[in-house]
Amino acid sequence: MAEETQQSLSLSRLALKKLRKHRLAMAGLYVLGLLYLTCFVFSDFIAPYHFDNEGRDLNHMPPSIARIRIFDAEGNTCRPFIYRMSYERDEYYRQVWVEDKTERYPIRLFAKGDEHRLLGFIPTRVRLFGVDQPARFYLFGADVRGRDLFSRIVYGGRISLSIGLAGVAVSFTIGMLVGGVSGYYGGPVDNVVQRICEMVMMIPSFFLLLALRASLPMEMGSVQIYFMLVVIMSFIGWAGMARVVRGMVLSVRSQEYVEAARAIGQSDFKIITHHILPQTLSYAIVSITLSIPGYILGESSLSLLGLGIQDPYASWGNLLSEAMAVVHIQSHPWILLPGVFIFLTVMSFNFLGDGLRDAFDPKSQLVGKEFGKI
Amino acid sequence: MAKSDACNKPPLLEISDLHTYFFLEGGPSKAVEGLDLAVPRGKTVGLVGESGCGKSATSLSIMRLIPSPPGKIVRGRIVFDGVDLLSLPPDDMRRVRGREIAMIFQEPMSSLNPVFTVGYQIVEMIRNHEAVAKKEAWARAVDLLRRVRIPAPEQRADEYPHQLSGGMRQRVMIAMALACSPKLLIADEPTTALDVTIQAQIMELFEEIRQGTDMSVLLVTHNLGIVAQTADEVAVMYAGHIVEQAATRPLFASPLHPYTQGLLESIPKTTSTAERLHVISGNVPDPSHKPPGCPFNPRCPKATDRCRSEMPPTVELQPGHIVRCWEASAGRSGN
Repeated sequence: MAEETQQSLSLSRLALKKLRKHRLAMAGLYVLGLLYLTCFVFSDFIAPYHFDNEGRDLNHMPPSIARIRIFDAEGNTCRPFIYRMSYERDEYYRQVWVEDKTERYPIRLFAKGDEHRLLGFIPTRVRLFGVDQPARFYLFGADVRGRDLFSRIVYGGRISLSIGLAGVAVSFTIGMLVGGVSGYYGGPVDNVVQRICEMVMMIPSFFLLLALRASLPMEMGSVQIYFMLVVIMSFIGWAGMARVVRGMVLSVRSQEYVEAARAIGQSDFKIITHHILPQTLSYAIVSITLSIPGYILGESSLSLLGLGIQDPYASWGNLLSEAMAVVHIQSHPWILLPGVFIFLTVMSFNFLGDGLRDAFDPKSQLVGKEFGKI
Repeated sequence: MAKSDACNKPPLLEISDLHTYFFLEGGPSKAVEGLDLAVPRGKTVGLVGESGCGKSATSLSIMRLIPSPPGKIVRGRIVFDGVDLLSLPPDDMRRVRGREIAMIFQEPMSSLNPVFTVGYQIVEMIRNHEAVAKKEAWARAVDLLRRVRIPAPEQRADEYPHQLSGGMRQRVMIAMALACSPKLLIADEPTTALDVTIQAQIMELFEEIRQGTDMSVLLVTHNLGIVAQTADEVAVMYAGHIVEQAATRPLFASPLHPYTQGLLESIPKTTSTAERLHVISGNVPDPSHKPPGCPFNPRCPKATDRCRSEMPPTVELQPGHIVRCWEASAGRSGN
């Protein structure tokens, strides 16, 4: 008996085992874990400033990360410090940044910063790092209004990273249910539902996104906008899922245990949700992972065009909107950094999805051999 | 004795003139064509026939689980305990399934959902039909597992189907079927997928359980040995029709229909010295292209011209012994 249980690993355990051997996927998983932890659990703690904390005289301040000093004037090592920065204009009215070398501002761990609630409920002023006022430690530089880009990226991640999950949650719930019903009942129901799906998929999604956005009022609160974005993107995203789930349901539906469930008098809804959809879950997990980047990019594109999240709230997309003018990129290239985070997230999700697909694929015999090489 | 019982009370299940067709591209496939069958209360009726003769279509018709489309019950009546099942609204039919009529499928391997524990699946069955608390349902599930002789039922209830052997799984299926004390149990080839020793054990269990209750059993099988052992009555099916029906003993002792005779002769006997086993030549006709007249005529050694043109009627040749054959009825009436 004990032997039997040992030998028969469940599908998910097997998949996990395979996934562990997929290096890129694991790397993706760790990167995502780090990003989500940073942006959701500890965002207030890790970001040194509140997302709307402006340094009026510090617009487009270059990244402090490049100006951290560890040698003092005599060339001895000391604890890292920065100088306070300010700018003057040259004859072409360009910013020329100068450091005020009279006073050092050491970088402090657990420094006092803007007030926030740690983990959402502990009121505190302690943040992971910072420098004393009046100097400001802008790790990734400042945006046009002198706000800390790093802090805004951390806060923006809350929107950009969560909108993918929320969008996927909504569209997959709809997609799985519609696909499940369509495949389970078959016949005319199936026919009608599938034609509707095709109609939704037929429209180029970005234009549909724009059209839907245009059909809704422009003046909305940021929370409303957030939910609107989720709804709009899910409206487009469910159809593809519904089609694939339907195909899988068609094959699961003829399984004997589905017939057995009907023979014990279970309702159709319960059969679909209990006996059929769980069988499509391994596919769904892969598909979810692979489609999250689409939602993140969708939000970014809308916000980039100014149709999504509005200032002062940050999202990776609207942080990038400043980078639409080439002039800005030339003089302050660090405003492209949010794009790096989008890239990182999208790549990580894709690698993870790839790994999950291989891991859940019962036909892949690549365990050990091929995965090691990747 | 069996006869008088059946006379006093109306049978639990009475099927009359059932037609179940599958509408396929090449024309309707007539899986069941004018089937009459009665299952008396507290009795086991064996429904025998080779593959493709419409046995499973019959049992699925009773449950109204014919996959539709393409399948459809075209005509007929299925009266269960005084209720015409074919005219029940779907929701009421759902309450009949599992509670009044339970079904055991052929494949214990695939009839249990692999992702739930067996205990959970029995609980689901109970709670489907009765408003009981989860704990109570679980206790009942464990009791049921004990009743079907599963060792250490408390632990087994917590296991997944893949952790059980085939025989155990079939026991779980039986436990599940018994959960709501149904009046009729349809067992669709319950032992086909099991090896012989387990088959015997399962059939013993069946017998034991049936004796403890007044449940009727419709045993659908192609295994004549099992029928001879357990059934009170036997109905032989061929190409969608019942060709012969009688109490078990007379049927095995003096089969009247050539098909039944052929079936019985085909059983391998250890006493026989023949080099080859007896076979009935030919195959079951394609249900969408049945031959005219008696569907068995192309394979029947006694077929006459009449058999090739006219469908024989059902005749009760001896009390309780029904047959559908020109030859058999002619021979008898000649006597």
